[in-house]
Amino acid sequence: MSSKPTLLKILDVTSLILLGAATYLALVYAPTERVMGDVQRVFYFHIGTAWVGLLGFVLAAVVGVAYLVSKDLKWDIIGVATIEISVVFFFITIMLGSIWARPTWNTWWNWDPRLTTAAITELVYVAYFMLRAGLEDPERRARFGAVYALLGGLSAPITFMAIRLFRSIHPVVIGTGQGETLPLSSDMKVAFFFALFAFTVIFIDLFWNRIRLGQLESKVEQLKLKVM
Amino acid sequence: MVSSPHPSFFQAVAAVVRKDLTAEFRSRELLSAMLVFSLLVILIFNYALELELGVREKVAAGVLWATFAFAGTLGLNRSMSTEKDRGCLDGLLLAPVDRSAIFFGKAISNLVFMLIVEAIVLPLYALLYNEGRIFQPGFLAVVLLGSIGYIAVGTLLSAMSVQTRTRDVLLPILLFPVAIPVLLSAVKASTGFLTGAEMAEIWPPLNLLIVYDIIFTAVAFMVFDAVVEE
Amino acid sequence: MIEVKKLVKRFGLKAVLRGMDFHVERGEFVALLGPNGAGKTTFLRILSSLARPSLGEVKVAGFHLPQQASQVRAHLGVVSHMPLLYGDLTAEENLQFYARMYGIADAGPRITGMLEMVGLENRRRDLVRTFSRGMQQRLAIGRAVLHKPDVILFDEPYTGLDQDASSMLDKVLRSVAAQGHTVVMTSHDLARAEDLATRFDILTRGVIAASTSRESLGRDNLLTFYKQALAV
Repeated sequence: MSSKPTLLKILDVTSLILLGAATYLALVYAPTERVMGDVQRVFYFHIGTAWVGLLGFVLAAVVGVAYLVSKDLKWDIIGVATIEISVVFFFITIMLGSIWARPTWNTWWNWDPRLTTAAITELVYVAYFMLRAGLEDPERRARFGAVYALLGGLSAPITFMAIRLFRSIHPVVIGTGQGETLPLSSDMKVAFFFALFAFTVIFIDLFWNRIRLGQLESKVEQLKLKVM
Repeated sequence: MVSSPHPSFFQAVAAVVRKDLTAEFRSRELLSAMLVFSLLVILIFNYALELELGVREKVAAGVLWATFAFAGTLGLNRSMSTEKDRGCLDGLLLAPVDRSAIFFGKAISNLVFMLIVEAIVLPLYALLYNEGRIFQPGFLAVVLLGSIGYIAVGTLLSAMSVQTRTRDVLLPILLFPVAIPVLLSAVKASTGFLTGAEMAEIWPPLNLLIVYDIIFTAVAFMVFDAVVEE
Repeated sequence: MIEVKKLVKRFGLKAVLRGMDFHVERGEFVALLGPNGAGKTTFLRILSSLARPSLGEVKVAGFHLPQQASQVRAHLGVVSHMPLLYGDLTAEENLQFYARMYGIADAGPRITGMLEMVGLENRRRDLVRTFSRGMQQRLAIGRAVLHKPDVILFDEPYTGLDQDASSMLDKVLRSVAAQGHTVVMTSHDLARAEDLATRFDILTRGVIAASTSRESLGRDNLLTFYKQALAV
């Protein structure tokens, strides 16, 4: 296996720069929001990471089907990479959502449908890894992982709808959606869209790196067996 | 040598269901475990939640569904373990039957066990809390639909979890996050019936429940092959 | 009856069967011998359609695996070291279940015949979990041949049996063999294999290293032949 491709190295550097720039835009460049104050800045990253997490989870379900159809283990490496990254990004989303909720609505958690769905999807992903951890055979791991990623991917939108239906029972603190009804000035829009863009690039960078890692792991296994 | 005819799909499903029911009604180990467990859970909820009259009707559905969900995992685990332990799953796979027939056979048996437990726990609950409204056709329909969705996904996932090292422990971890839509919709719809709400309010969660049942039963039976075969 | 060409089976990156060739004519009784881990069980699992080949051609009873797996299953009976029986059902109920799963109509008389053949007629209404291992194994054979398969596979059938049970199993195996089925049996017990089989194949390092028929074995005994094959 060749050493890191130049394009990937460039991408690594680009991602870091973009992350830095997005941080600057979010924390310094964007004006302070009138109603919520500085804590609102969390919002730029919160949506960015949520977007990436969402991308990852849809991709995981599709990749799962691809594996089941083709039985090619490369789809398994891709699936694991996707879910690993999404687990982390969704976690960040949830943390940021919590940080935003606290000063704004005086609660750490507000059972907002999107946030709650993110939390449940996170649990699906954790379960995914626990499932894989309980299996020795790599082929079976890939197969079961694919099935579960598919189930998880299908259940999440339905979970979202179910939670929305449930709202009238739960004591929702203050019901404004996170971000939709916030009026964004043009400067804020810049920060927001830039963050989305930055996170997409970061996702691709991490994704590519993770796949390479998976392929290297696979190669190591092969070499180990030859030596044995 | 005479070559034997293949059984029809329906014959195979019926054979599996008949086998499961015969075995279970003989030992009754599974049913009694699920039943006792359910009653204990309700007891715990009784003291944990201090169910006074006004509050109770709002949480009754929740308490009942939580109970069924937990008891359900007991049943699902046990049902698949008996196949795995003596290698009987191989016996099923060696038969010239469609794998989905095995899925439907197991799922129907699991559903029957869950329904039997529900059929005993519900009247008991009604007795303990003077809650006659449980016997409305609407409420019972929700119990049936919710059980179907839960068991369809549960049967598939139990076929997976039984092949892992962590076995029984893994099933609830896999099942609950994916079954949340069933539980939420079932609770919402059930509560609607219990509190005498308008059909317009009850219809959305009921609808969602039906959609979930259809989608997940279809996916589960299509994907079952991949889970039991190499 | 069984034709295997260049069969390769990999688990992950490890190859257990490496280009194995295997050919069995109708009516032969082949003892498949080899050290632990040689791949005997894996091979039988592939023949019985429970596992898929990674590469190579496999034909059983004229049908290709894995594409025509369902037809193969109808013509195949398997006895493994697990009984594949339900403990909470009676002997009779177990056979009835399998009769239904194989689509056998009017199974009653056939079940009775099977129970007689394996010497369990008087225990037909007893729960299988009360059976000793030897009895379970005999019932398992009854289950395996219920649908009159062309080919029967035995995977280490003598495992865990005491002397008496083994002798009883011998008798059953002999009557099964006499009925003209094609049989492949794996075993650690060379003495038993020597008694029953018409042919001996040695599986080692993922291929058939040596094969001999009972006639050719002649004065050499099986143990010598076996050791020679492994030493190569």
